[in-house]
Amino acid sequence: MTKINELFQEKLKVINMGLESFNENLKKQNVKTVQVDWKPPARGNKKMLSLLDKLK
Amino acid sequence: MVQERIEAANKKVMEIILNGQPTLLDIGVAEEVIPGMTKITILHAGPPIKWEKMSGPLKGAVIGALIYEGLAVDEKEAAELAASGEISYNPCHHHKTVGPMAGVVSASMPVWILQNKKYSNYSYCTLNEGLGKVLRYGAYSDEVIKRLKWMENLLAPLLKQALKLHGPIDLKTMITQALQMGDEGHNRNRAGTSLLIRELAPYIIQTKFSEKEKIEVLKFIDSNDHFFLNLTMPAAKCTMDAVKNIEFSTIVTVMARNGTEFGIRVSGLGERWFTGPAGIVEGLLFPGYSAEDANPDIGDSVIAETVGIGGFAMAAAPAIVQFVGGTAKDAVNFTLKMYEITAAENNIYKIPALDFRGTPTGIDIRKVVETGILPSINTGIAHKDPGVGQIGAGLVKPPMNCFEDALQAFVEDLETKNLV
Amino acid sequence: MVLKYLIRENAYYDSVTLMIITREVKKIEGVKEVIVGVGTELNKELAGNLNLLTPELQKITPNDFFISLDSVDNNIAKKAFAFVDELLSKKKAESEDYQPSTFESALKYMPDANLVLISLPGKYAAREVKKALLNDKHVMLFSDNVSLEEEMDLKNLAKQSGLLMMGPDCGTAIINHISLAFANVVRKGPIGIVGASGTGMQEVTVMIDKLGSGISQAIGTGGRDLKAEVGGIMMIESIKALQHDPLTEVMVLISKPPDKEVAKKVLSILKEGEKPSVVYFAGGDPGVIKEYGSVPGLSLEDTARKAVAITKGMPTEDFTGFTVTNIDKIIQEEAKKLKKDQRYIRGLYTGGTLCDEAMIILSALIGDIYSNVPLKPEGKLSNINRSYKHSFIDLGDDEFTRGKPHPMIDPYVRQERILSEVKDREVAIILMDFVLGFGSNSDPAGEMIPYIQKARKIAAKDGRHIYIISSVCGTEADPQSLIGQEKKLKEEGVIVMPSNAQAVRLAAAIVLSRRNSQ
Repeated sequence: MTKINELFQEKLKVINMGLESFNENLKKQNVKTVQVDWKPPARGNKKMLSLLDKLK
Repeated sequence: MVQERIEAANKKVMEIILNGQPTLLDIGVAEEVIPGMTKITILHAGPPIKWEKMSGPLKGAVIGALIYEGLAVDEKEAAELAASGEISYNPCHHHKTVGPMAGVVSASMPVWILQNKKYSNYSYCTLNEGLGKVLRYGAYSDEVIKRLKWMENLLAPLLKQALKLHGPIDLKTMITQALQMGDEGHNRNRAGTSLLIRELAPYIIQTKFSEKEKIEVLKFIDSNDHFFLNLTMPAAKCTMDAVKNIEFSTIVTVMARNGTEFGIRVSGLGERWFTGPAGIVEGLLFPGYSAEDANPDIGDSVIAETVGIGGFAMAAAPAIVQFVGGTAKDAVNFTLKMYEITAAENNIYKIPALDFRGTPTGIDIRKVVETGILPSINTGIAHKDPGVGQIGAGLVKPPMNCFEDALQAFVEDLETKNLV
Repeated sequence: MVLKYLIRENAYYDSVTLMIITREVKKIEGVKEVIVGVGTELNKELAGNLNLLTPELQKITPNDFFISLDSVDNNIAKKAFAFVDELLSKKKAESEDYQPSTFESALKYMPDANLVLISLPGKYAAREVKKALLNDKHVMLFSDNVSLEEEMDLKNLAKQSGLLMMGPDCGTAIINHISLAFANVVRKGPIGIVGASGTGMQEVTVMIDKLGSGISQAIGTGGRDLKAEVGGIMMIESIKALQHDPLTEVMVLISKPPDKEVAKKVLSILKEGEKPSVVYFAGGDPGVIKEYGSVPGLSLEDTARKAVAITKGMPTEDFTGFTVTNIDKIIQEEAKKLKKDQRYIRGLYTGGTLCDEAMIILSALIGDIYSNVPLKPEGKLSNINRSYKHSFIDLGDDEFTRGKPHPMIDPYVRQERILSEVKDREVAIILMDFVLGFGSNSDPAGEMIPYIQKARKIAAKDGRHIYIISSVCGTEADPQSLIGQEKKLKEEGVIVMPSNAQAVRLAAAIVLSRRNSQ
């Protein structure tokens, strides 16, 4: 069975990154979710991002 | 591969931190036991700072210490001497020492002597004076000096004897227990103080002092919930000092503030300080005080968060979060957030509310910069004028630039070594 | 000023709780100073500083609780004391669940997650999608402003890993009967849908539900999937998955007309599967669809009707009419009420595909339609805020939503627009879609009603009657309730048609009827 077909057999468990309303609506449908409190990496600071990349 | 070097160094650092065995051995006199201490040395909390830049509480504490040492007779003389250039001001951290709030240590003051048994290094801290108008909040009245003298002449010698009779105290275990009793080791120390007094009381009784004196000492410790703070701090200090110079490590070894600036040190960057403006604490003020009265963040007590307790263990001390209008769930969330910026979970400091998960330990500067999440710190609020005392408590964060500057220095360092 | 105090012996409360209560009590008007605490030396000192320390309070111990306050009169003091007790016994509501800060820590929190729903700013979205795919998770990417190159990269990675990557710009999906982002609550059934357009899928799923049938899955591919560069990757993978899905008996594809080669590729995969299929390539050539053995849908409603017919083993007849009885009568009566120079239709749409469908149907019937998203370049409005002749406005298009919420959520832009349309004396009919479901406004009809009323008043001033025709894209199970929404509109004199296609045809019929009678 392909992974997509496997998905169709499973209960949805969602990681929500972005609009909180999407998370709320999933909760209303009794779906197990995690809302990510996402912020732009390094707060969008390009200099810091390039420093971090050098260390990867 | 750079990343592998860093991960290996961090792994080593975490191993040393988690294997630390902070142990209370003895009490001594600052000048006699603290390396580099002299009659004209005044140690203070936080990164290096000159007299002119010091905030109210720190200046007040310096003045109080100079009077206590007999180097000046009153405030006026003390202030002149303080500004004269004759006094040597050094961070406690440069002398294996930590101090809460102003953190002032002078030659005659009694200090706890701790040793990290596993790695043999020592650390020191004064004994906690109590609450309200005390030296560490910049008070220097006769009452303050009198109390300091009493501590020097009775409290310290008596406890020294009691400690000798008892033998060394394993502080790591005591802190672990305190964390499971509602303490977090920085802003909440009631359980630790209770455990300590329970441990020492039978031996205090056995010392060769009068009944009146033993009662005084017991009452003194009993009346001060934060007595144990002056042990959690040097326990953290000797734990972290063991990793203060591991090449390629991005783990924070020191966080400290002097009331004007907040400073950090990073293991792979040795003794270099990275500083930024000390923040204003957000929280609850005692009745009669307002936000304008608050001094910026001050004290070495944030060494607690550096080692994975204090604000990082807030889930163990939900009462603290009420300072910012939060609930017990919020306290849990504060701790959970800290896992995002730390390298490991503590092997001994465990939190019942999180199913005995170890506290978030070992702040990684890369993670702080990448996620934008700053360490959460629980702390007291000092009045900005010297001599008034504590006016509240709450939550504060370090300035981001400390971590960004450290990251930049770290990369530059690797560049000069041709590793990136 | 009155000093009142209260002592409770052997009553312990946490010091922090008491500090908070002190702060709250201080806010009561008429309270000058207050301290609420236990009898520690510190608290007595603080009370003394505030002139609130009485000899009795001096004697209490840390085991005793006290309130000491200075107020304007006894009543305020009483009120304050009562308030303290209220606060002491109050329990706070549950705080929010923990929200991890990164994808990586979210994974630690929910390692068995199987879908990642991403609606982050486009600039950052691709990076997170990649993380999800590399961690073996299916993705729904709601974000737009993701580049074509990024889309191709990610979809190829997804394909190699056997994962779903719905999007970018995928606004609608229903997976395992869970409505994701903007989607309706639709009955379970044997029809599986793959769509490159959000409101297109919404209308088809809703029509299937209205016809008494249901869906197995509704998979979104994002609007660009069928472009030449992307090559229909996700549509093809989704079709294959539905072909292997035992619960799917009939397949439906929805898209704008795809690139020709991509269309052939997609249709031939569809053919290989041997499940019957209905394909809607909005306004595209039905010939190629028939060639590959699928049934072409002529409108979203027609597509739904044919799919349902197949499930019942009935013939798939083209439907281009009305299901409303007495429609001819309605047409003629409405046409009569219009004034001589009222001749134009204005479509104010929140759903892009519905707007498209309207224009496709109408241009075949009444000629040129102007729009901010016209079918032909010549039809582009020079000023999107000013309609011209027959104009259909997609209020959800980028030009309208920059820095503003989508009109399916916030009705403001359409509320203002209807008022300006109605001032044009040549306007005869206003067409509006009302899209229900998760994600949409909680009362789309209710939000427009006051503005419909205002609009009628404006028109009535110079004796004009305005026709408002609409359809409600929703089901009874939707949070907003289909019947309730339709009722509100009908009570306001709005003509509510069972589908977008029928609403549009009605408008056209009225306009044509007038032309003929003039």
